[in-house]
Amino acid sequence: MNFLTIIGEAFHALRVNRLRTVLTMLGMIIGVAAVVLMLSIGQGAQIHINNSIASMGSHLLLVLPGATSSGGLRFGSGTVKTLTVGDAQAIAELSSIEATAPVVSGIAQLNHGPNNWSTTITGTTPDYFSVGNWSIESGAIFSEVDLRSATRVAVLGKVTAENLFGNEDPTGKIFRIANKPFLVVGVLTTKGQSLSGRDQDDNVLIPLTTAQRQILGNQFPGSIGHMLVQGKSADMMEEAEMEITRLLQQRHRISDRKENDFTVRNLTAIASVASTTAKVMAWMLGAIASISLLVGGIGIMNIMLVSVTERTREIGIRMAIGASHRAILMQFLLEAMMICILGGLTGAVLGIGGAWMISQIVDMPIVITFSMIGLAFTFVAIIGIFFGFYPANKAASLKPVEALRYE
Amino acid sequence: MSGQDCTPDQPLIRVENLCKIYKLESQANQPIRHQVLFDINLEIRSGEFIAIMGQSGSGKSTLMNILGCLDVPTSGNYWLAGRNVASLSNNELAHVRNCSIGFVFQGFNLLKRITALDNVAIPLLYAGMSRKESRKHALTLLQQTGLGQFTLHYPNQLSGGQQQRVAISRALINQPQLILADEPTGNLDTQTSHEIMTLFKQLNEDQGISIILVTHEDDIASYSNRLIRLKDGRIIQDKNKCVF
Repeated sequence: MNFLTIIGEAFHALRVNRLRTVLTMLGMIIGVAAVVLMLSIGQGAQIHINNSIASMGSHLLLVLPGATSSGGLRFGSGTVKTLTVGDAQAIAELSSIEATAPVVSGIAQLNHGPNNWSTTITGTTPDYFSVGNWSIESGAIFSEVDLRSATRVAVLGKVTAENLFGNEDPTGKIFRIANKPFLVVGVLTTKGQSLSGRDQDDNVLIPLTTAQRQILGNQFPGSIGHMLVQGKSADMMEEAEMEITRLLQQRHRISDRKENDFTVRNLTAIASVASTTAKVMAWMLGAIASISLLVGGIGIMNIMLVSVTERTREIGIRMAIGASHRAILMQFLLEAMMICILGGLTGAVLGIGGAWMISQIVDMPIVITFSMIGLAFTFVAIIGIFFGFYPANKAASLKPVEALRYE
Repeated sequence: MSGQDCTPDQPLIRVENLCKIYKLESQANQPIRHQVLFDINLEIRSGEFIAIMGQSGSGKSTLMNILGCLDVPTSGNYWLAGRNVASLSNNELAHVRNCSIGFVFQGFNLLKRITALDNVAIPLLYAGMSRKESRKHALTLLQQTGLGQFTLHYPNQLSGGQQQRVAISRALINQPQLILADEPTGNLDTQTSHEIMTLFKQLNEDQGISIILVTHEDDIASYSNRLIRLKDGRIIQDKNKCVF
């Protein structure tokens, strides 16, 4: 009997028992739909988190002024502004460092026409934009010249721009920070929330020098609040951390016995933990869903065994008129496989549909990859063969006389 | 005596010292041996029409099953058309059942979920023919048997006689040398029985197909040329009769 004919026989047998076939298939449909749905939600969540991490900038170290102590009394981290622009410039020279961005910040009142708004003023260098992975929606960033001559120019975050200027493009317009006029040179593209939930679009960036001399004032000349440091690559982060520590100890004249007056934090490490967690969650959801696939497979085996018993006489007749072991085996195996594959197809369609619906309702990115569907399908085919083989082999191994005599 | 009996060619079937023992599982893990056939010796030539008779339990069905390659003997030898059946693999046995032997059963044993046409066509499918081709052959054969208008009926829509004709068509479709009929008229009324037997007689005389028939009715057995009587697993009578 050729292969095509066996497929026809198997298909006919499935069609005769329509209700049973559909019910058996339901196990596969639910299983595959669950796996596809869970994996796409999981991967969507992972991409969501990865996007947040990427928006923070890559290979980032944060250098904070450290705890100082005075006569046994210890002050908390950042209480004294021990870091300087000179420190930032020296760190930028290190071999493992791509760039640094010294930052001073404070809160000030902004106004333009009838609107006013209070937000964080960040004074920094042009490097800040590349280090923090910021891009410009309109206009440009401020330049090195602006930094050197402490010009009153500002780059606005999207939220700040909307609060001050409404829907008009603020580029080229004048507004006031703490009553001093500033020219808007650019507007940042929106980034959304940071991993900690802070709105990253509500900010104003101005040249470091302008901030130090004209807006925030200065305790010590050249001192800064903190600095962002970008390493050259992900695997040089530890080396960068060590080099910075050594350099700052040298520059701040801190001996080994004394406590450092600065702290170096690896932001990428924190982010990668979040990313790993999301990945683990995605796979766990997939694993739980695949249990339902396994249960569906057992359902198929169960029904196929019943079917073999029920059709023992039919098998006997088929053997008497010349069906070989292989022909019977193939027929029953193909019946199981067809349930699996048809169920798998329906399940994949339902899973993709469900994922799409969820993405519409919850506004979350959903990822549907072919590898994912391929994975579910391979799994389904393996289940079909695995759980179909035992009943099929049982049918094919019947002795013709005994099968014929079966009532 | 039939004409073919005179040609001294190779016998279609030769059975030597054939025994069949069934082992039944009992509670004490000691299998109970139940011997059904004792030292059967038999030679059947091509073109013979044989009736096997005997009371129920005499072993006639077991003998039929062994002759039909549905069962294997416990000991002894069985040559079918010169081939020792014991040496054949399961697949070769399936091939023999498919091409060399046609079965007709008491309960017709048609597949209930497919049409008469498809029932007749199945042996061709197992022989490797395409579905389309096999249906064409089956249709021709059914029309010859006078069942042309019932091809798309399901078995339960047909009368007993019609079902048995479909079953005989199925047995004939691969042009076998031998037809084994296990009480083919057991479920039929007298008139239909005689119609079916006439059909067998025609097949035997016109096409030279060897037929082995199991029955316990004397008037059915009278259609045959040779009568073998079994009792308690032994042949007690084997006589040729001349019907011409």
